[in-house]
Amino acid sequence: MEKIMAQRVLMKGNEALAEAAIQAGCRHFFGYPITPQTELAAYMSKRMPKIGGTYLQAESEIAAINMVQGAAAAGVRAMTSSSSPGISLKTEGISYMCGSDLPALIINVQRGGPGLGGIQPSQADYWQATKAPGHGDLHILVFAPSSVQEMVDLVGKAFDLADTYRMPAMILADGLLGQMMEPVVLEDKPLKDLPKKEWAACGHNFERKNHIINSLYLKAWQLDELVQKRFERYKTIEEKEPMCEKFLCDDADFITVAYGATARIAKAAVKEARARGIKAGLLRPVTVWPFPKKELAEAARTAKAFLCVEMSMGQMVDDVRLAIECKKPVRFFGHTGGVIPTPAEVLDEILKMTEGAE
Amino acid sequence: MAVVFQKPKSLTNAPMHYCPGCTHGIIHRLVAECLDELGVEGKAVGVAPVGCAVMAYDYFSCDMIQSPHGRAPAIATGVKRAVPGSVVFTYQGDGDLAAIGTAETVHAATRGENITVVFVNNAIYGMTGGQMAPTSLPNQITQTTPYGRDVNTAGYPIRVCELLSTLDGTAYAERVTVDCVKNVLKAKKALKKAFQTQIDGLGFSIVEFISTCPTNWSLTPNEALGWLRENMLPYYPLGVYKDKTAVSQPPVKEETK
Amino acid sequence: MPKVTIDRDICKGCELCAAACPKHILALAKEELNDKGYHPMEWTEPEKCTGCAFCAIMCPDCAITVEK
Repeated sequence: MEKIMAQRVLMKGNEALAEAAIQAGCRHFFGYPITPQTELAAYMSKRMPKIGGTYLQAESEIAAINMVQGAAAAGVRAMTSSSSPGISLKTEGISYMCGSDLPALIINVQRGGPGLGGIQPSQADYWQATKAPGHGDLHILVFAPSSVQEMVDLVGKAFDLADTYRMPAMILADGLLGQMMEPVVLEDKPLKDLPKKEWAACGHNFERKNHIINSLYLKAWQLDELVQKRFERYKTIEEKEPMCEKFLCDDADFITVAYGATARIAKAAVKEARARGIKAGLLRPVTVWPFPKKELAEAARTAKAFLCVEMSMGQMVDDVRLAIECKKPVRFFGHTGGVIPTPAEVLDEILKMTEGAE
Repeated sequence: MAVVFQKPKSLTNAPMHYCPGCTHGIIHRLVAECLDELGVEGKAVGVAPVGCAVMAYDYFSCDMIQSPHGRAPAIATGVKRAVPGSVVFTYQGDGDLAAIGTAETVHAATRGENITVVFVNNAIYGMTGGQMAPTSLPNQITQTTPYGRDVNTAGYPIRVCELLSTLDGTAYAERVTVDCVKNVLKAKKALKKAFQTQIDGLGFSIVEFISTCPTNWSLTPNEALGWLRENMLPYYPLGVYKDKTAVSQPPVKEETK
Repeated sequence: MPKVTIDRDICKGCELCAAACPKHILALAKEELNDKGYHPMEWTEPEKCTGCAFCAIMCPDCAITVEK
């Protein structure tokens, strides 16, 4: 494990996520086993003790998110990982962290739902992640990688932006990405001089006034004001931080919108469509919050129709419609429960789109 | 003239919102006195609960974190693992610690987390208006046991010190009360011992304070102390339930690789 | 002679100090009301005070300062 840096290695997604977090300076992992992300925890349990970090297997996902909250409040980079039902348990903790302006990383390796669901990949937690990761008026940064390398790259970015904007960040992965093995280059970064968190509750040492990390504001006007201010920060994020990949969109008539593992399947279909002479393209959101609204609106000026493909009943499709203000038709295709769409199925839908446009 | 008694430095000047005669005030002061006397206010991080003491963050001069209901020991764990040199304490009521937070309490104890838990047990849920607590006594009348707690449907109270004393990670557990000066001074000693246990890295420490809730017991503050003596102390006997410092430790064997 | 000062604005008239006082020289000032609407406590017979500070030890609000 020591020689892993600055090499191209074959790694399982879950383990690559863990190593990337360590590379980003995270030394505190609090988690709980749940399929299909347990390898992340297991990797951390081996790696953290060797570098003087914390691996703590908490008594539940609830305890884990609160340990993350405590560590984050004390000013360190902390993270947890789980899968769909476990993320549901974390929603209260996430809300408190948003309300207390605390940065942290939460990884969701999505599985079939609802309920105990299944252990195969899905994207059925999109609503949870982007609309209501916790109660109250809030947002968290949500990154949607679609390869093991991208997962690695986004972990560092997630920690950095979480610190900059003082809010939790999520990597919204799925069981496919978590379990797949791909070559990945891990940057040989020395442990960064992470900026000190001037607001942390870590012991005042009589050198400053005491810090209070809190989300309770009983005076309604005070809470209103505070949340309004926080939303101004969110507005800045929506202007500066959306990320997406555009594949053959510039002259595309029929644009497929997909993220995560589904985007790779969609890309294969788009390539085949192009081979058949169809002007197909793929717009792949890399951040699902903030959503790449501008790029979609741009694409809607020239495209004829959109197809949204998800491993769910269609949770992102309305965001696409809203982003383009329903100016063009948006179809949806997906499977849920852990079923993975095939390139052939997606191609079929693209062909249907072209028929519809005639 | 010399000042014989004044407010400790680790207590802020904010007027406390607690009801007249509520024992929270006394217990807060004892915690602050310990922080002062041990000289650890600068290293201290306190974790406030959900309950009447939710605004404890306004009353202590050290860094404070407000926790979700029941999760204070998990928050405290995160802080202590992040800043091992800190002195971390939670301040929790009976619902926080023994209802919603039972798992966090038990697991912080069994992990031997070097934190100090200040447990205020007044056998009722104060903040929400007097409902049954996991420590409410059999036949006790509360808002949600208007005919008295029926053990056949509402079960039996939990004795937290006894429960946690069975766990190897618990280094110090003592039950005290603050009904009279003698007991207040004994309680302070226990709290100081608990903090010292943390400072010495011996594991999890807890001091359970048998307390009153005059408002929701519908008694005057002094009557409430009487009710405490008559009804609570027989069910929750005072005393030390675990003390790792009392047994001499065998020398630690070095691990051979 | 010991001096007991009761902060009349902080005192909530809970009477825990009165019950603790071995000389029984603390009582509710029934003719007075502070800004919060409480009758504060008053130190009724200063000459009997021994400066034991039992009152201050029992006060939940740190409303009492004792000098000796």
